[in-house]
Amino acid sequence: MNALSNVGAIVQKELRHYFGGPIAYVALVIWTFLFGYFFIAVTSYLVRAASMGPGRSPSLTEAIAALFGNVAIVALFILPVLTMRLFAEEKRQGTIELLATAPITDLQIVVGKFLGAWALFALMLAAGFLNLVPLWKLASAAPEWRPVTVAVLGLLLLGGAFISMGMFVSSLTKNQVIAGVVTFGLALILWLLDWLVSSDPTTSPALRLLGYLGFNTHLETLLKGVVDLKDVVFFLSVIVAGIFLTQRSLESQRWRA
Amino acid sequence: MIEVLNLTKRYGRATAVDGISFKVERGEILGFLGPNGAGKTTTMRILSCYLPPTEGQAFVAGYNVFEDPLEVKRRVGYIPETPPLYPDMDVQSFLDFCSKIKGVPKRERKAKIDDSIQKARIGDVRRKQIGRLSKGYRQRVGLAQAILANPDVLILDEPTAGLDPKQIIETRELIKSLGGSHTIILSTHILPEVEMTCGRVVIIAKGRVVAEDTPKNLTHRLKGASSLRLEVRGDEPALREAVGQVMGVAAVKTEAHDGVVSLHVDAEPGRDLRAELARCVVQKGYDLLALQPVGMSLEDIFLHLTTADAATSGAAAAAASPAEAGGAASTEAQA
Repeated sequence: MNALSNVGAIVQKELRHYFGGPIAYVALVIWTFLFGYFFIAVTSYLVRAASMGPGRSPSLTEAIAALFGNVAIVALFILPVLTMRLFAEEKRQGTIELLATAPITDLQIVVGKFLGAWALFALMLAAGFLNLVPLWKLASAAPEWRPVTVAVLGLLLLGGAFISMGMFVSSLTKNQVIAGVVTFGLALILWLLDWLVSSDPTTSPALRLLGYLGFNTHLETLLKGVVDLKDVVFFLSVIVAGIFLTQRSLESQRWRA
Repeated sequence: MIEVLNLTKRYGRATAVDGISFKVERGEILGFLGPNGAGKTTTMRILSCYLPPTEGQAFVAGYNVFEDPLEVKRRVGYIPETPPLYPDMDVQSFLDFCSKIKGVPKRERKAKIDDSIQKARIGDVRRKQIGRLSKGYRQRVGLAQAILANPDVLILDEPTAGLDPKQIIETRELIKSLGGSHTIILSTHILPEVEMTCGRVVIIAKGRVVAEDTPKNLTHRLKGASSLRLEVRGDEPALREAVGQVMGVAAVKTEAHDGVVSLHVDAEPGRDLRAELARCVVQKGYDLLALQPVGMSLEDIFLHLTTADAATSGAAAAAASPAEAGGAASTEAQA
């Protein structure tokens, strides 16, 4: 109960920070703009494909999956900007000392910060998703609910994994720019790890394992609307690992500081 | 209320705090004095559970800072040297956030926030963004944050740094008024501040306690091993010789100026030489123009105790041992 209200206080503080300044609004505007742009790009491709004859043209549901695939890349760019400040700023401002000397545990701080950033990302997803709502009214063959919902949840999980990682990187430095750049680099590599396997059929088991850790591999299934427990568990594990590492990093810095 | 036992903190090879011990009784205001880098901030950070000690133990309200940090944190209000503030929040919402993480129950929040705002005199900036406040106001918002949950113990790291003279006086008065109901440790560079607000002083240098006593006793005690300043009209070398032969004189320094000789006489500890010196000068037929005991101000003591070179560190150690006895005695007197 107490723990919950402590976490709640941190979540509220984080959201107040995002919305108290321009960060949240800039992120929301850029995100929805790009979401809309990719939506137009994908639908116009669809229209062109349909006009080329009756052959194999992608369904609306598949098109939405493709759209979400593109949007995931945008998340890859925007999320490091949202996470870079999480701890780096507190450390630079000295406010980490306020948090650390309040009767609240490191884990509560970390979870609160994670949930705050994740909530903002969820809001971004919701805002982007609004772009799609007219489809159910207007399209002759409306997209299916289930795969679209699964794809959105997949994006949410991917975002959570990026945020958790970014938070950990932010806890390692006082410098927000360094936190942002490192997080972006790390996210990009993890995103593209599947290149190691898919490009070559005779890959070694070590590379195959690395490839398995690629975020894209796990997202792809979810974007297709397929709930595979191992993908969900994969992203949840990354989230939990990030939270755990952040907590350890705060603790160890106090020992060394 | 606060007990520190052999506390040691090392950063890698550097030792910031080297086995210090002291006690603070309930309701007492303890001044923590020392040059920069003496280990004041480190000690305060350990007491507020921000840093773990390398060795030794510290107890606040009976709880070990290392084993029960949450219990300690519930009872401590702490302001670091630069008050930790979120520049993009306004004062009211900052204090609201602090009251939540400090676990102030919902129904008491408003009253406690109002109370701390009133005590810290920041009512007129309540709705202002913290980033736009002057340094003095920020310092006071920090203070409001520390007293917000009405903690038993307040740990204030240089609470008057950056304030203007009027604000300094107001802050000192506030701290004084908080003593009694709160146990307070405050660190400072400003010596008169200690004399004005603190019941007891701990002087630390290079991570060690070099003296601990009431400000009055500290000045008084060192005055005991006192010096005298004389002004005499007469012949310098003859005077020096005559005065040097008086029983109980440890050292004489002279300086002549327009036929007037100034003498600085160090007496052996515990001896009052005023009468003998006056007689000696008059008997030799010189005119005694002035005779004045020279007490050491807290400033002198501070410099004396904390200067690093070998010659004075021996003296400091000598001064420290009776100081500890005196400190214990004064603690008992207060309790």
